[in-house]
Amino acid sequence: MKKVLLGNEAIARGAWEAGVVFASAYPGTPSSEILESLTQYKEIQAEWATNEKDALMAAAGAALTGARAMASMKHVGVNVAADPLMTLSYTGIEGGLVLVTADDPSLYSSQNEQDNRNYARFAKVPMLEPSDSQEAKDFTKLAFELSERFDTPVMLRTVTRISHSRTVVELGEREELKRPFDLKQNERKYTMIPAFAGPRHRVVEERLKKLKEFAEGFEHNRMEMADTSVGIVTSGIAYQYAKEVFPDYSFLKLGMVWPLPEKMIREFASKVKELWVIEELDPFLEENLRAMSLKVHLGKDRIPLCGELSPTVIAEAVHGKPYRPTVKYPNPIPPRPPNLCAGCPHRGVFYALKKLKLFVFGDIGCYTLATLPPLKALHTCICMGSSVGMLEGATQVLGKEALGKAVCVLGESTFLHAGVTPLMNIAYNKSNGTVIVLNNWTTAMTGAQEHPGSGYTAKGEETFAVDYVQLAKALGVKEENVREVNPYKLDELLEVIKEETSKEEASFIVTKDGPCALLRRAIKAYNPPLHVDQEVCTGCRQCLELGCPALSWDPTKAGEYKTADGKVKKRKGAAAINDLLCNGCGLCYQVCKFDAIKGETEEVPIGFQLRRP
Amino acid sequence: MGKDITNILVCGVGGQGVILASDVMADTFLEAGYDVKKSEVHGMAQRGGAVVSHVRYGRKVYSPLIRMGEVDYLFSTEKLEVLRWMEYCTPSTVVITDTVQINPPAVNLGEMEYPADIDDFLKGNFEKVYTVDATEIAKELGNARAANVVLLGVLSKLLGIEEALWKKCLLERLPKKLHELNLRAFEKGRLAV
Repeated sequence: MKKVLLGNEAIARGAWEAGVVFASAYPGTPSSEILESLTQYKEIQAEWATNEKDALMAAAGAALTGARAMASMKHVGVNVAADPLMTLSYTGIEGGLVLVTADDPSLYSSQNEQDNRNYARFAKVPMLEPSDSQEAKDFTKLAFELSERFDTPVMLRTVTRISHSRTVVELGEREELKRPFDLKQNERKYTMIPAFAGPRHRVVEERLKKLKEFAEGFEHNRMEMADTSVGIVTSGIAYQYAKEVFPDYSFLKLGMVWPLPEKMIREFASKVKELWVIEELDPFLEENLRAMSLKVHLGKDRIPLCGELSPTVIAEAVHGKPYRPTVKYPNPIPPRPPNLCAGCPHRGVFYALKKLKLFVFGDIGCYTLATLPPLKALHTCICMGSSVGMLEGATQVLGKEALGKAVCVLGESTFLHAGVTPLMNIAYNKSNGTVIVLNNWTTAMTGAQEHPGSGYTAKGEETFAVDYVQLAKALGVKEENVREVNPYKLDELLEVIKEETSKEEASFIVTKDGPCALLRRAIKAYNPPLHVDQEVCTGCRQCLELGCPALSWDPTKAGEYKTADGKVKKRKGAAAINDLLCNGCGLCYQVCKFDAIKGETEEVPIGFQLRRP
Repeated sequence: MGKDITNILVCGVGGQGVILASDVMADTFLEAGYDVKKSEVHGMAQRGGAVVSHVRYGRKVYSPLIRMGEVDYLFSTEKLEVLRWMEYCTPSTVVITDTVQINPPAVNLGEMEYPADIDDFLKGNFEKVYTVDATEIAKELGNARAANVVLLGVLSKLLGIEEALWKKCLLERLPKKLHELNLRAFEKGRLAV
């Protein structure tokens, strides 16, 4: 049967067909749908891990029993998982172990665009790179076979345009592994003390040689000979783009990008007049070809190093002239960047932080959007957990000078991923830092995945949920400095943040009763939309500072309004609320000093009615 | 031209059902016997940002991304979003757009104006333009969110692929309770051509 599958769904399907019984992941765009898709298979224990390192270690443990196991993550997640990866390369595996890295050229939803092909060379493990969903499924299955045949973890690399493209896939059946799963002691292979690890390094180098030999005959490293005036070496998504632009030239398409088939590459080079390398991001293939003393006629001297490729980009780069559009709209087009949703529980916190003029160490999540105007209340974003770690150092240098000046903010999923240990660091080293955890009950940015604090597993079963207050206390934050706040109540937010940031001790603030406004399972009912009383609105624009998509400026309302004491004054326009978008969170009602924002009832509700896990 | 691939660029605002519309297209083209590829970006864009999905079908499709200047159909669930993808179009691109307007942040803040000349621009630059009150039609049917399906009805009429295939693939992607509403939305779209 044929189906149009997302690259990520195809990887999940491939894992299922390969007989995988365990899969672990931490959500991250563009990788998240892999594990989400795996939860549909009853034969697979599919789990969200606390972070990518935990995901890889859990998969390694599962593979140690002889089972097939997979860990999937976004490119930067591999940085977190790199510690076990480097040594798992030495130990090898029992059952097949596959690590999927989903890279994000053009940083559609990432903080950098690192090229994780470099990890394969660094960790000395083989890497397969599919160029569509069919290959994504097939290569996943192959990766498990290679893993077991060569006793090594295998990396499978996708990019956003593979993970998030849908292409046609021929479905297959699942093959169960017909072997018992058990734990067998083998210290020389799995206990990497120096005496045992040294010899394993030699095994790794021998294995690479064998893999190289294998690559020479690997059916997915293939020459497509046509017009030999140009031969293009390429892999993955770049193959599809290059094929689109140069359908007549010869191609060497590499399905395995590490280790490389040197003999095959030399043979291809000898058959063509000019050798080109077309690849996304780093000159990974190109440098290796050059190291083989091959002459590369066209590579990164023309093809951009930064950003994703496309047929347009490749054509422009090779022909050396920009594409000229035939239709052009002559006027400026208002940009439409992503924004915090209407009713988002994060909005009030950032409004308060801006009001208090604090330096905000930020982190990775929806709330990173608070960087943009009008909120403009987030001042760093490096990696998961960096907000807490950096706050510690900054407060230690500034000492009392830091009081009332700096805080850090991160979501609860990010906190659990990489914020717990730096909070321990803050308490242990007596920093005066204040850590604010925005608990919205889910991993929101990546599409609402469960985590150890949400109360549910990846498969939707109820489970234990981390108690953030108890955790902070256990890590060393004094009880009186651990505070819970309602993120929709501005006065409360301002007061608590002000108090805690003025203390000479570590503080921990966690939001309560503020689930993601899109989290259907948590919200029992939204509130009726609010409206602007056009008689009273002064046009002060204070409510617009919230950056709520439901609030807008209406210049056609320029004219007169009445003050509370009955005076008539002039205004340049008025605020307006879009009743299709507004869900009545009540923030703008609190911000308006002139009582111009009103609800359906006299008393305007603050926050939503909740359904607790 | 002897062109054997059809390129559709689907655009709109996060949350408007751009991805669902392009999913239904891809399923339908496969069902009709074509090779098909589509590509979009998930994640950040869901938060009210501009969304675009490339859909391509034909005998054999390589790139999931459409080359600039090669879009055959521009399908937009919001009026201003049409303008963002002009580089991909030529005067012979068929434009299908909802007339609904959703203000971007800069317009909400009063810093920029929502372009007032979109209709004139489209009429002056394209041979075929279908502006449809899809959101209004969907609202009348009881749910503004079915606007994307009204537009699918319009597209289906223009592509000449069997109506029954569209309906089958549409319903397969929707929960049962939404079937009737969406079938009506789809048919309204077909009537709008």
